Amino acid sequence: MISNLEAKRIRDAVASGTRTDGRGIDDFRPIKVETGVVAKAEGSATVSIGGTSVIAGIKMNLGTPFPDRPSEGVLMTGAELSPMAHNEFEAGPPREDAIELARVIDRSIREAGVMDVSKLCITEGEKVWMANLDIYPLNADGNLFDAGVLAGMAALNTAKMPEYVDEQVVRENLKKQVPVAHQVVSVTFARIGDALVVDPTRDELEVSEARLTVGVCEGKLVALQKGGDGSLKPEMVEDAFKRALKHSQKLLKHLK
Amino acid sequence: MSEIAENRQLVVPGEVLAEGMDYLPGDGAYRNQKNILSSTLGLVEFKGRLVKVIPLNGKYMPKKDDPVIGIVKEVGYNKWTLDLNGPYDAFMLVGDASDRYIDTNRDKLASIFGVGDAVICQIKKIDENLAVFVTARGPGLRKLHEGRIIHVKAAKIPRIIGKSASMVKMIKEFTGTRMFVGQNGIIWVDGGDEALAVEAVRKIEAEAHVPGLTDRMKAFLSEKTGKTFEEIEASRPSETPSTGARGFQPPVREAREFRENAGPSGEDDLFQGESE
Amino acid sequence: MSKMSDDKPKFLIKSGKRLDGRKPDEVRPMEMTVGVIPNADGSAMVVCGKTKVIAAVYGPRELHPRHQVLNHKARVRVKYNMLSFSVEDRKRPGPGRREVEISKVLSEALERVVLTDRFPMCAIDVFVTVIQADASTRVAGLNAASMALADAGVPMRDLVVSLSFGKSYDEKGAGHMVVDLEKEEDNWGMGDVAYAVAPALNEILLLQMDGDLTPEEFAKGRQMADEAAKAIYDMQKQALKAPYQEGSK
Repeated sequence: MISNLEAKRIRDAVASGTRTDGRGIDDFRPIKVETGVVAKAEGSATVSIGGTSVIAGIKMNLGTPFPDRPSEGVLMTGAELSPMAHNEFEAGPPREDAIELARVIDRSIREAGVMDVSKLCITEGEKVWMANLDIYPLNADGNLFDAGVLAGMAALNTAKMPEYVDEQVVRENLKKQVPVAHQVVSVTFARIGDALVVDPTRDELEVSEARLTVGVCEGKLVALQKGGDGSLKPEMVEDAFKRALKHSQKLLKHLK
Repeated sequence: MSEIAENRQLVVPGEVLAEGMDYLPGDGAYRNQKNILSSTLGLVEFKGRLVKVIPLNGKYMPKKDDPVIGIVKEVGYNKWTLDLNGPYDAFMLVGDASDRYIDTNRDKLASIFGVGDAVICQIKKIDENLAVFVTARGPGLRKLHEGRIIHVKAAKIPRIIGKSASMVKMIKEFTGTRMFVGQNGIIWVDGGDEALAVEAVRKIEAEAHVPGLTDRMKAFLSEKTGKTFEEIEASRPSETPSTGARGFQPPVREAREFRENAGPSGEDDLFQGESE
Repeated sequence: MSKMSDDKPKFLIKSGKRLDGRKPDEVRPMEMTVGVIPNADGSAMVVCGKTKVIAAVYGPRELHPRHQVLNHKARVRVKYNMLSFSVEDRKRPGPGRREVEISKVLSEALERVVLTDRFPMCAIDVFVTVIQADASTRVAGLNAASMALADAGVPMRDLVVSLSFGKSYDEKGAGHMVVDLEKEEDNWGMGDVAYAVAPALNEILLLQMDGDLTPEEFAKGRQMADEAAKAIYDMQKQALKAPYQEGSK
């Protein structure tokens, strides 16, 4: 747990325009993206943002389309707070924090139409590809949202389609890319006092009043999530949008 | 009948340290039939017939009389629960919080120690059910109002304190900080060049197992501060057994003598680390 | 995909050479690293061929739920889990019966070596995560778990060295004992054994088998496994010591 003295040090630093780890208010920690880390997955990536690292992987399986979308495949995103990643993450069924994380990442990636699901149909109304994107933290030091979205996108961008031959799924020597139509990133802020710090660490999140995650796709906002039991001021939200758009340009470079 | 391992050899659990009944297993070692084996990842130390392994990692296990820093995690009706950076939490009963009488009907316990407060305290008792009790009554024991709190691996604490507290004293003198090193791996640093003091502690934590630590730290602190160890020594106030490093402390607050990881005087044994 | 009998290889071993070119008593290339999860009290990664496993230890720490507390010792709790994309066909998140059973036998294997009486009422949690599965994941996980415990400074009698062995058929259908099974050998072999020992104590800590083996075949396989275990044990020791040797003067 964080002591009051450390909490105060974090607040004082932010109030004077810096962070306890030496960053500025609007600085991300160093980002590293590595793809193709799990050969058994159709696509995979590990992403680290400072001390936070996550692994994401995609499996493509056969499924039945939803009755109202007979010619579309399905992308489902899951995330859990794997207990190996932090002392406070517990084994067992996902709790609300894990479900929120999964749903926010899912909204950013799925609702933005990142994957062209119309290209995942095998037989209309009967057989489609179901893409399962699963994200696990390996080591958690705050901002699992942005690391999760980035890892999910990096895995999607490098994923290969299995083939469906003679009623069998073939997963060897795949060449065809999974259809990705758009690039999404998310940018997360924490409100500490009157400032919004970008890419908060776990300790910063602990002392923060509120959190805001902004999903950005091609210059537009595609997902928003306010978290934390404090509040945001309207002008903070506007400021966050501007800064998120700017950061999204830099984050996208990690997906190339 | 012979030593198999060498002094200061790095061993893992299960490695044979000595053969025969002439040796006795100390901490970090155990007897398996005729042999003494390591039970810990660490460095072997032969002391006469005793063979022990100095651990390189591991959680803090409370020992009676240990000076520690606890972080309050719960305020109860007549006691506080403190996190000791280890598997066992500690309780502080109302009567052990202050020399002054606390009336639980009138006084709000949270106004004395609130959740998140860091308190220098001492292990008073460990009962038969392994409940750990600490006290904040005693010289130097108190709530910390300013400065920084850092967590280090508890196994590195003896090296951070140094022989007769020489290491922590050296860091304090070079950086002009006040420090308290809890046996449980929680450290308080205040004033002066806090950042350098923390950097020094982190360096010891990372290199505690490498021989020549004291000289390396001397060189490191000299380089960072531009002062030599001799200058630091010369600037020390004349040492008397009763003041030790305390002569260097800023004015004492709370009308109470404040003792930190003080000098080599006998009465400060409480705050000394194991020898190197 | 379900096993189709026409996928079955004609042989798993021929003239003393296995499908991937190994000799019967040869383990796959291995890689071991400690300290891979900075938040954990101890951690280790073990790569064995295409199998890749991480173990992270948290503890000794307070045990929840409280009704599981043991007054005289700590509880070693292994949670074995596979990432959904670690296998050919997506594994549904959450533990199934297989994971629960593996977690149990791994916990029991470690319980014997950890000096649990030093930490009454505590939990020592070991999270074994399969990143990529290509057979022999539980034994790779047990190697990683024992290293992660030692890395965490948890007192223990011995390390645990673990590997699989089994019986592979040749082109004539005759059985040959081999160590460290890979996927095809695990799928189609005539018997497989998950095996772990405490090398200094000469004790067996894990033993699971399915298939059919004569006692003589088992003895032969165990002998080969004990021999192979020596190299694995050396690798574990080296990996555990490496962080303290780099940069030492």
